[in-house]
Order: sequence, then structure tokens, then C-alpha cells
Amino acid sequence: MTNLQLLWFILIGVLFSGFFFLEGFDFGVGMLVKSFAKNEAERDVVIRSIGPHWDGNEVWLITAGGAMFASFPMWYATLFSGFYLVLFLILAALIFRGVSFEFRANMRTEKWRTFWEWASTIGSFCAAFLFGMLFTAMIAGMPIDKNGDMTAHFFDYVNLFSLVGGVAVTVLSLVHGLNFIRLKTSGALRERALAWNKVLYPVLFAGEVLFAILLYFSTDFFAKKPLTTTAIVVALVIFTCLAYWGVLGNHEWLSFIGSGLSLISVVVLIFNGLFPRVMIANNPAYSLLIKNSSSSPYTLHLMTILTFSILPIVLVYFIWSYWVFYKRLASPKQNA
Amino acid sequence: MLNLGLDILGLARFQFGMTTVFHFFFVPFSIGLAFVVAVMETMYAIKGDEDYKKMAQFWGKMFLYSFAVGVVTGIIQEFQFGMNWSEYSRFMGDIFGAPLAIEALAAFFMESTFIGMWMFTWGRFNKWVHTLFIWLVMFGSSLSALWILAANSFMQNPLGYIINQQTGHVQMVSFGAVLGNPQLWSEFPHVIFGAFVTASFVIAGCAAWRLLKKDHVTFYRKSLNVALVIGLIFSLGSIASGDIQSRYLINNQPMKFAAMEGLYKDSTNKGEWAAIAGFDNKQHKTTWSVDVPYVLNLLSYHKTTGTIKGMNTINKELHAKYDKKYGNDINYYVPTKTLFWSFRIMSGAGALFALLAIVGLFFNRKKSQLIMSQRWFLYIMGLCLWLPFIVNTAGWFITEFGRYPWVVYGLLTIADAVSPNVSVASLLTSNIIYFLMFAGMGVVMIVLCHRTLKAGPDIENTDGYAAGDTDLDPYSKGAFNHD
Ligand code: HDD
Ligand code: HEM
Ligand code: HEM
Repeated sequence: MTNLQLLWFILIGVLFSGFFFLEGFDFGVGMLVKSFAKNEAERDVVIRSIGPHWDGNEVWLITAGGAMFASFPMWYATLFSGFYLVLFLILAALIFRGVSFEFRANMRTEKWRTFWEWASTIGSFCAAFLFGMLFTAMIAGMPIDKNGDMTAHFFDYVNLFSLVGGVAVTVLSLVHGLNFIRLKTSGALRERALAWNKVLYPVLFAGEVLFAILLYFSTDFFAKKPLTTTAIVVALVIFTCLAYWGVLGNHEWLSFIGSGLSLISVVVLIFNGLFPRVMIANNPAYSLLIKNSSSSPYTLHLMTILTFSILPIVLVYFIWSYWVFYKRLASPKQNA
Repeated sequence: MLNLGLDILGLARFQFGMTTVFHFFFVPFSIGLAFVVAVMETMYAIKGDEDYKKMAQFWGKMFLYSFAVGVVTGIIQEFQFGMNWSEYSRFMGDIFGAPLAIEALAAFFMESTFIGMWMFTWGRFNKWVHTLFIWLVMFGSSLSALWILAANSFMQNPLGYIINQQTGHVQMVSFGAVLGNPQLWSEFPHVIFGAFVTASFVIAGCAAWRLLKKDHVTFYRKSLNVALVIGLIFSLGSIASGDIQSRYLINNQPMKFAAMEGLYKDSTNKGEWAAIAGFDNKQHKTTWSVDVPYVLNLLSYHKTTGTIKGMNTINKELHAKYDKKYGNDINYYVPTKTLFWSFRIMSGAGALFALLAIVGLFFNRKKSQLIMSQRWFLYIMGLCLWLPFIVNTAGWFITEFGRYPWVVYGLLTIADAVSPNVSVASLLTSNIIYFLMFAGMGVVMIVLCHRTLKAGPDIENTDGYAAGDTDLDPYSKGAFNHD
């Protein structure tokens, strides 16, 4: 394995971390459109809180996918064709929720507004759940043949472990979304988010413990890397505790950062366990490895130069855009 | 199991065609609208005329609808290479991945960030700064087109690579050559000009329908004017760049060119050009045609003499060239009827657009009321708002069907590119559901645009974002206090 290959493995992990941190809260907020927000006005506010951001957040996924295609084409090809149905459902969910914000705002009848609100809610739930399920199934090991083609059947990727993984990511996104709402709103919504989180965190803890136990039995992570795996699982729980502490003590930033870091620890856990593989096959001989799944050194080199010259600029304006909407206080009247 | 005579390859191809064509309804519309809206807002910034601001906001709404659909269908594009074309992804990853990743990094971040900035900050920034946002969006989306087309151009005309002897996959050796691909630099301007044409004729068409109803006459006449000026410039641009492209094909993809012109046999020195024709694809011959002498040579070489190879000759040449590697049972003929008619639709429409723009600008002169009485013209203009979408699709039909039987010209056949492990049932399900979703989104899009048009430019922003001042304002000062 060359340094460049390692670097790109890490970068893909970073991109997915960014995706889960950012899109995590807007999945969460999307789920809240229905039951959490009680009326039209509240729903407007809930949606408005992610309005300027959700698209940019989704670009993290697109970049991660693109970067995976560019740096590890074999990984991209095996993963995406192997999990065909799961990814198809993810796409459908992302499409429904993606258009729902713009479409809902322009609907005239109650019925259609409700339709798009459900599209946002269900789409966000499904997307978060399916992502969790996909990654959990991926680390459990899949039937992969010599050519690298995955031939999994439904129950290979839908089982207790992957369902628990799916639910865990969903709940994590949900609490992350609630933490975000607390940062962005005031009054009734802000208080309700707090009340909800007080209930949800214990559920999340239970989920995390169950996940850790199943992780032990369903993957080789603890066997192969006992130290780091344990450390990351502990970190995950600590971040969740911190977030919960933030909820109980009403420290809004702490809980938001805490839930974000919990999501990131999940990604780190996965990537740490994968290393030095990228896809785990039931038959270890056919697992895809970092060293034999990547693009050529030339392409990796090129991508590295380009990424490190473009990314800083992107980060500057990406963060600036959050800052603009952070600073923009109480003056929607000036609009239009 | 299902047995409808459907196979993976057929379904995967259908899916690619369907999803990409749908994506490409919205892509040029968005790129073009971003440009036209940017021009409008710039005119507002220069002249301070509120009408131009209204115009930017009003047509900007359609831009936002189109963008939303463009984005969600774009994600399908990125994923489906891995999902449906895994062998292609393995083969092409070294070349294709880089532009795709850079596209996301350099272009999509810019677009999505500045769209958010533009749409939510009317009146909050200096008007020049606000105008800059929409220019950046426009710049970002053109960049994204550049990167994706770099990948497409490689597929049409592979340059800057070697074949890795161990894996059999392509491997990049010169990024400069990939980016400097002449195919790219004839394709990119044509696609961008086509996008500007698309948006301007949709706007012109919408304006024409409203003028027929005598609604907001000043506003729509002004919009019509901006749209037609842009439309005229860039329909001429697309004709010129299209001409460059077709002449490029003569040497590079002769089969595509011959099919576009419906030539089974080599042409004679007289350069007879078939304006319309019928074909018998099985017998490889033209059954009837209406010919015009010399035009073929004028189009191909810009002079009256010369000959063009016909498909039958090219077929033999291709067999001679590739049989050793791919065997002799590959069919090198491309779908002639599709290419022939697509080309006529596209070039005919190009000329029609230029003509309509000239006539429209004449009728719509500032001092004259002529436009209001020329109802026939407004009808035609109104109907033509659908034409650009057909034309764009026709253009891509030529490009994509014309590279048959290759995915990557001369290097990888379509049949070898598909994912071997995806089942017919999965593909069939996804095809049906995509189709239903697209139909649904298409209908909503049309309804929304229609409604926006009917509501007219005076209505307050209905975005919901910009509308309310609820007491639950998320941006109120209290929102960021720690407790
Ligand atoms: C509104 C849009 C529009 C208009 C008015 C035109 N085109 Fe076009 N054309 C496209 C939109 C387009 C496109 C959809 O954007 C394509 C598909 C691929 C590409 O590069 O651009 C295209 C492709 C395309 C190709 C295939 C290129 C290839 O396979 O490499 C040729 C030869 C032309 N065009 C030629 C013309 C000519 C001679 C035109 C006018 C007289 C013309 N086009 C008008
Ligand atoms: C720019 C990047 C593009 C890439 C990399 C690309 C790639 C491909 C691939 C892999 C296929 C399937 C193999 C085949 O049938 O030949 C295909 C087919 C096709 N594409 Fe593209 N394409 C691109 C752009 C477009 C666009 C913008 C359109 C139309 C709007 C388009 C329309 C089609 C059509 C109609 C087919 C034929 C489907 C069939 O063969 O039945 N393509 N393209
Ligand atoms: C077939 C290959 C293609 C792929 C993989 C692809 C990928 C994508 C993706 C992932 C998005 C969503 C971006 C976001 O969230 O902002 C998108 C949108 C977009 N794509 Fe494509 N695309 C393809 C074809 C094309 C072509 C041929 C063009 C232009 C010529 C194009 C231009 C755009 C633009 C401008 C957008 C922004 C959305 C909009 O303005 O509607 N794409 N595409």
C-alpha cells in the first residue's frame, strides 16, 4: 500500500464524516417536519432552518461518491452494484425529500402541502435508516466473487445487525437534528426539541449498546483490532454522554457538537475496521484491499494536488455561508 | 422468474437513457436560466430599474424549481455508473473518476452554496454583491458541465491514456491531454450555447403566452427583449459550434457522421444532400430521398467538391481494424434513422430559433406596438417553448447512439460495460419506479411554472422562506444564546 492510497482511504472517510455530520442534522430536521412541528408556521420555520444548507450538505455525499469512483474504482463498482436495491431506495428517498422543500412551499392546497411534508419526513427517515443499514451490512462481510462482483441476497444485508445499525443511525440523526433545531430556533420549538431529546437519548444509549454487542458477534473488528475498535466504541459512547449532558444542562452547542461527533465516530469505527480492506468478502481471499482497488498513482497524485488546492477555498465559502445565516438575525421582513 | 424477453443490458441502457435525458431537461434549463437571470440582475444593478429586479426574481423562481429537480436527478447519474455499469466503472475509473470528483468539489459546492446565498439574501447585501452570487452560480454550473463533458469526450475520443497490461483497464498518463481533447472543446461551447438558447426560448415562450392575454405588457415585453437578444446571439453560436462539431466528426467518428447524413453509399463529388429520406436498415440502403446537390459538401467542407465515405465502406474498415480483437460478429452500423432525423430536428431548430429571434426583436422594438397585434407570431413563440428540450435530446441521441457499439470508442463495448450481478427484476423495478417519479416531478414542475406565470410578477415571494415574519423566527437574537 502506498502513502497516496492510504491518504485517499482516509480522505474518503473524511468526506463521509462530513456528510454524516452535516446531512445528519438535516435528515433529522427533515424527519421532524411532520409530528414534531405542530402547524404550518412551525413547519415553515423547521424547514427554513435547513433551507439554505441542505443542498450543500448533500454535495458532501456526491463528493464522497465521486472521490470513491476516482480513487478506488473497484470499491465503487463493487459496492454500488452489489447494494443495488438499497442504493436505489436511498436515491428514491433522497429525491423525494430533496424536492419536497421547494415543492411544499409552492403548494396551494392543504392536501398537497401535507403530501410533500410526508415526503420530507418519510424520505429523511428512509435515507438515514438505509445508509445505516448499508454500512452495517458492508462491514459484516458479503458474498463477493473472484471478479469482485457481489452477489448478495436480501437476507445477506437485511438482518438483525444491519437493522440495528440502521435504527442507530436514524436515531442519531434525529437527536442531531433536534440539537440543531435548538440552536436555530426560539420559543416553543426550541423547548420542545429539548423535551424530545430528553426522551430520545436513553433510547439511543440502548441502541448503541446493542450495536456494540452485535458488532462483536457479526464482524471481525474486535478480533482483528481489539484496541482501536474498543477505543472508538468508547469514544462514541462518551460523545453521546456529552451530548446528553448538554441536553440535560441545556448547553446547546455542546449537545450539537456531541451528536455530530457521535456520527463521526461511527464512520471512523467503520473505516478503522475496514482497513486495510475496502470491501469485506465472506471468503477473505476475495476481499478488496486498499492496495489493489485504487486508481493509478498518476491519477491519485493528480487528485491530491487538485483537492488540496481547491478544498481550502471551498471550505472558506462553505463555512462563510453558515456564518451569513448565523449572523442574519431577526429581519426576514426586508425580504423580496 | 420474469421472462418478458428483457435482459440486463437492454434495461440498463434504457435506464441510462431515461434518467440522463430527464436530467438533461433540467440541466441546460438551469444553466441557461442562471445566465439570463444574472444578466437581468446585472442590468438592475447598472440601471437601477426595478423592473429588472422583478424580472430576475420572477424568472429566478423557475430557476429554483429547475435546480431542485436537476440536483436530485443528478445524484442518480453519479450513482448509476457504479450500480448499472460496474464493469465500465472499473475500466474507466482512472479517467472518469477524477473529473467527476473535481466536478463535485469545484463546481457543485460553489453552485449549491451560492444558490442558498442568492435565494435567501435579497436586500441584505449590496446589490452588486448579490448579483455576484448568481454569477457564481452560473459559473459553477458551467464548470460542472465542463468536467462532465471532459469525461464524455474521452468516451467519444479517448486521448491521454494507456491500457494497463495487468488489469486491462485504461490508465491516465496525461491529464493535459484529457482536458485538451479537441472533442471537449467543440462539445463544451455547443452544450453551453444550447443551454442559453434553451432558457431564452422558454422565457420568450412564456412571455409570449402572457402577452397574448395582455397581461403585464411592459414587464413581459422587456423580458421578451432580453430573452430574444440572448437567444439570437447564442442560437447563432450553437449553429457555428454545431458546424465545427459535425466537421470534426468526419474524421473522428465517420460512422456517426455518415448516419447523420443518411449515407449508406459513398457520396459523389456532387455532394447530394438528403433533406429527407427513408431507410432500410436491414438491407443497408436508402429507399427514397429528396436530394439537394452540393449542400453536403458545403456543410462538410465549406466548398462544393469532395466526397464523404458511406456507412457500408466504413463498416468494412471497422471490421478490418477491430476484428482481430473483438471478433467479426459485432455490428458496427449505428441506428441510422434516429441519427438522421435527430440531426435534422436539431439543425432545423437552430435555424428556426435564429429566425424567430430576429423577427421577434423586430416586432418588439421599443417604440412599436407591432408585437401585440402579431398574434400568430406570439402563438408560434409560445409553442416553441417546448422545442429546446426536444432539440437537446436530439443532440444527445446523435452523440450517444452514434458511438454504438462502443461505450468508450474503440476500447470498450457497451455489452462489456454493464454490471453482471444486477438482476433483471431489480432493474425492471427501478426502471418503473424512476419512470413514475420522473413523470410526477415533470408534472409538478409544469404546474408550478404555470402557476408562477399566472400569478405574475407582482405577487410576493411565495417561497415560504422569504415570506413570513413569524414570532418563531429562527434567526432571532435569542436563538443563539446558550440558555
Ligand atoms: C438548443 C440546443 C441546440 C441547438 C440549437 C443545436 N444543437 Fe447540436 N447539440 C446540442 C444542442 C443543440 C446538444 C444537446 O447540446 C448536443 C449533444 C452533445 C453535444 O455536444 O451537444 C448537440 C450535439 C450535436 C452534434 C453531435 C456532436 C458529437 O456527437 O460529437 C452535432 C454534429 C451538432 N450538435 C450539430 C449542430 C448543428 C449543425 C446545429 C445547428 C444548425 C445545432 N447542432 C444546433
Ligand atoms: C456527459 C456524460 C455522459 C456520460 C459519461 C454518458 C455515458 C453513457 C453510458 C455509459 C451509456 C450506456 C451505454 C450505451 O448505451 O451506450 C449512455 C447511453 C446513453 N446516453 Fe449518455 N452519457 C453522458 C451524457 C448524456 C446526456 C447528457 C444524455 C442526454 C440528455 C445522454 C443520453 C444517452 C442516451 C439516449 C443513451 C442511449 C441509451 C441506449 O443506448 O439505449 N447521455 N451514455
Ligand atoms: C451522465 C453523467 C452525469 C453525472 C454523473 C451528473 C452528476 C450530477 C450530480 C451528482 C448533480 C447534483 C449536484 C448538486 O447537488 O448540486 C448534477 C447536477 C447537475 N448536473 Fe449533472 N450529471 C451528469 C450529466 C450532466 C451533463 C451532461 C451536464 C451538463 C452538460 C450536467 C450538468 C449538471 C448541472 C449544471 C447540475 C446542477 C443542477 C442544475 O443546475 O439543475 N450533468 N449532476
